Amino acid sequence: MSDFLFARSQMAMSLAFHIVFAALGIGMPLLMVLAEGAYLRTRNPVYLELSKRWAKGTAILFAVGAVSGTVLSFELGLLWPRFMAEAGAIIGMPFSLEGFAFFTEAIFIGVYLYGRTRLSPLLHWLAGVVVAASGVLSGIFVVAANAWMNAPAGFTFAGGRFTGIDPVAAMLNPATLHEVLHMTLAAFVATGFAVAGVHAFYLLRTPASPFHRCALGLALGLAGVCIPLQVASGDLSARVVGRFQPAKLAAMEALYRTQENAPLILGGIPDDGARMTRLGLTIPRGLSLLLGDSPGTRVTGLEAFPRANWPDVRIVHWSFDLMVACGFAMLAVAGWSVWLWLRRRRLAEHRRFLRALVAAGPLGFLAIEAGWVVTEVGRQPWIIYGVMRTREAVTPVHGIAVPFAVFTGLYAFLGVAVFSLLRGQFRETAGTVSTTPPA
Amino acid sequence: MLAPAAAISLLLSLIVYALTGGADFGGGLWDLLASGRRAQAQRKAIAAAIAPIWEANHVWLILVVVVLFTAFPGGFSAVMTALNIPISVMLVGIVLRGSAFIFRSHDPRPEPGRRHWSRLFGGASAFTPVIQGVILGAMATGRIRVADGRVTTGVFAGWLTPFALSCGVFALGLFAFLAAVYLTLDTRGEPDLQADFRRRALWSGSALWPMAGIVYLTARSGAPVLFHGLTRWWAPLLLAATCLCGAGALGGLWLRRFSLARMAAAGQVALILAGWSLAQYPCLLTPDVTVANSSAPEVTLRLLALALAAGGLVLLPSLVFLFRLFKGDGRRRP
Ligand code: HDD
Ligand code: HEM
Ligand code: HEM
Repeated sequence: MSDFLFARSQMAMSLAFHIVFAALGIGMPLLMVLAEGAYLRTRNPVYLELSKRWAKGTAILFAVGAVSGTVLSFELGLLWPRFMAEAGAIIGMPFSLEGFAFFTEAIFIGVYLYGRTRLSPLLHWLAGVVVAASGVLSGIFVVAANAWMNAPAGFTFAGGRFTGIDPVAAMLNPATLHEVLHMTLAAFVATGFAVAGVHAFYLLRTPASPFHRCALGLALGLAGVCIPLQVASGDLSARVVGRFQPAKLAAMEALYRTQENAPLILGGIPDDGARMTRLGLTIPRGLSLLLGDSPGTRVTGLEAFPRANWPDVRIVHWSFDLMVACGFAMLAVAGWSVWLWLRRRRLAEHRRFLRALVAAGPLGFLAIEAGWVVTEVGRQPWIIYGVMRTREAVTPVHGIAVPFAVFTGLYAFLGVAVFSLLRGQFRETAGTVSTTPPA
Repeated sequence: MLAPAAAISLLLSLIVYALTGGADFGGGLWDLLASGRRAQAQRKAIAAAIAPIWEANHVWLILVVVVLFTAFPGGFSAVMTALNIPISVMLVGIVLRGSAFIFRSHDPRPEPGRRHWSRLFGGASAFTPVIQGVILGAMATGRIRVADGRVTTGVFAGWLTPFALSCGVFALGLFAFLAAVYLTLDTRGEPDLQADFRRRALWSGSALWPMAGIVYLTARSGAPVLFHGLTRWWAPLLLAATCLCGAGALGGLWLRRFSLARMAAAGQVALILAGWSLAQYPCLLTPDVTVANSSAPEVTLRLLALALAAGGLVLLPSLVFLFRLFKGDGRRRP
């Protein structure tokens, strides 16, 4: 593999690792705050215990999120110096604002985790609210920077130079709204289902545990509210992508020919040589209907673009389908829970439903990873869509295989360590709390 | 006018990072070197002192990076290319330090099982400041050349020189000293521990003087621009102030005036960094990359200044709150 490919792989690996902790860093504080808020209102000690346990897990996840995020801020320059030399002045703004959001978050997570005995309950809870809010804000700013790479705005590009820079317009580029919305919801959905999955797992063993019941209620509530919104916001994303990055959309849908009455192709094997997709499940006119609300909508296919400007169609198409499949699977589980709840069934005792929840646990994170692959690989060969190629941006340093190997090894090690520590904590939780009889 | 202002905010962030995040690394070094009958108690005191604040302290480094690439994108790009290797190594140290620290405090196993995390935390804490000093030193050597925004001297220039290495050792010494001084205050209630850290502070504070001498001597040929900068009119004044702070810190420790020692030690570190940057001003990466020739357009700098001001408004009260809560005098509860 070339240095260029190693650089791309290192970036992809680092981001794929970081995003897990980033999403949890957005979602977990909200759950903590909800649990503690429930305690303050109901004075039910189970909720207090719950918020403490969740906070303990969050401490670990947050630290790993912080260090892996630090690596990313440097990697922007270590791997893509030509990109940053131009883009720094244009999208440095959201990154700087993000810096302040991190500050607020890091300060108040310290206050929240270590200040329980030093603050009044209300102030402590408010510190948690600040953590949750600044977590969302950090996500918003960094995703706005990413959106600019997809829908660059706020400068004029002529003769290889960037002039007329307007950082505010760059931050509010046409892709910001849908990406920010979709990512924030994704963090809540993924955290909600993952946490619900863990507690469903323990409920299968100790169905009477009030601790796991309360936990399941909150996590499932968050996930269930957000997942329908997420599917709707995904629809918005696809429409905007169709307008501003038609080549990415065509790759997502594996559509080679430009046409009206464009079909929606699910799965299948895209074949760039033959310019067609084999063996897919085809829904006639589906794509035109989805994008334009009428079968006559004309959808641009890949053939409209020079071959050199196509992203890897298979990766993009399959990742997109994977994300959408995960989304609908989670929607189905959420729908089932509402159905059961309306029929006044006890969710915590419905073993089939609990098993489905356990199975749905990882789907949110799977969808996040797949979604980012769609966004990032779908933008290729561009690092700034239509303006700068990724290849032009890469560092001149040789031997990128070495840092790639080192950081991959390091993150694999951290991943295993975090997993085993969290499992240790779950065990401890299962040992101490679940045996208390229902209140 | 705006570019120098951005450079000053960069320097201020760097100084605060050294005073806070740097000291956390120093704490890790003392964790590694904990010894004697009270070794466990020392480790506990160090962990308690840094646990609530290290993440906030760490963000100063992130602020340095984002301000650098927003205000001086060309400089950022050149530094990240020329110093790719030491910076990557530093990142490994940062990742290991942070995660080992948090893993250690959340590992449910009893003490012997946690020892691996302890070693990793201490080792990474001791090693990272050295490489940070090497990186800052390398930027001043003048061996890294940049033409047309491209680094022409490869990836080994500058940072393997005696000057850069002596800067690395000096940085470790500074951070260790700072940490030991702060820890004398964090252990107020425990006279034995306080005596331990007082001794460490006195030792490391005294060791700083010969270390500084070596940095100065190697600078003559290793960082000529910097060395020359230190002959300007303000240099003797700055040197005198730094020495005064250094002596004040040691004197304060000797007389057990620990708050005074803390202030003086912090002043010493701040002045050293200020002197370092004044001596090579206006270069960011000596000699080719300057504040003027690598800065972002006016509009970006203006917005950045606004963002920094607005951010500071939220940040400073929050930081005061954090430190008052965990470091406030005599308000420690179990
Ligand atoms: C819980 C996670 C999750 C779920 C259930 C979905 N997505 Fe998604 N999707 C993401 C998580 C995600 C993401 C990882 O957060 C991305 C990457 C970039 C972004 O803004 O969000 C993303 C990107 C992304 C994009 C590309 C945006 C761009 O490149 O600008 C589109 C078109 C969709 N999504 C569409 C959908 C649709 C139609 C879904 C219907 C079920 C869906 N997503 C479910
Ligand atoms: C190039 C991309 C990215 C860079 C440079 C980056 C940078 C960082 C940095 C430096 C931190 C540490 C902050 C601290 O010390 O507290 C961090 C944490 C965080 N990042 Fe990222 N990040 C990137 C991608 C993302 C994305 C895509 C999200 C999406 C939501 C995100 C959300 C967060 C959040 C919420 C945190 C704080 C929570 C935690 O630490 O777990 N980041 N990031
Ligand atoms: C956290 C979620 C993200 C994930 C999982 C992700 C994933 C990826 C992947 C898979 C690639 C490699 C694409 C390829 O080379 O084929 C990539 C490249 C890249 N991403 Fe992202 N990305 C994320 C967010 C971001 C954000 C927020 C930024 C910056 C603001 C960003 C900046 C970049 C850059 C600079 C590259 C390298 C150039 C390129 O390949 O286009 N990414 N990312």
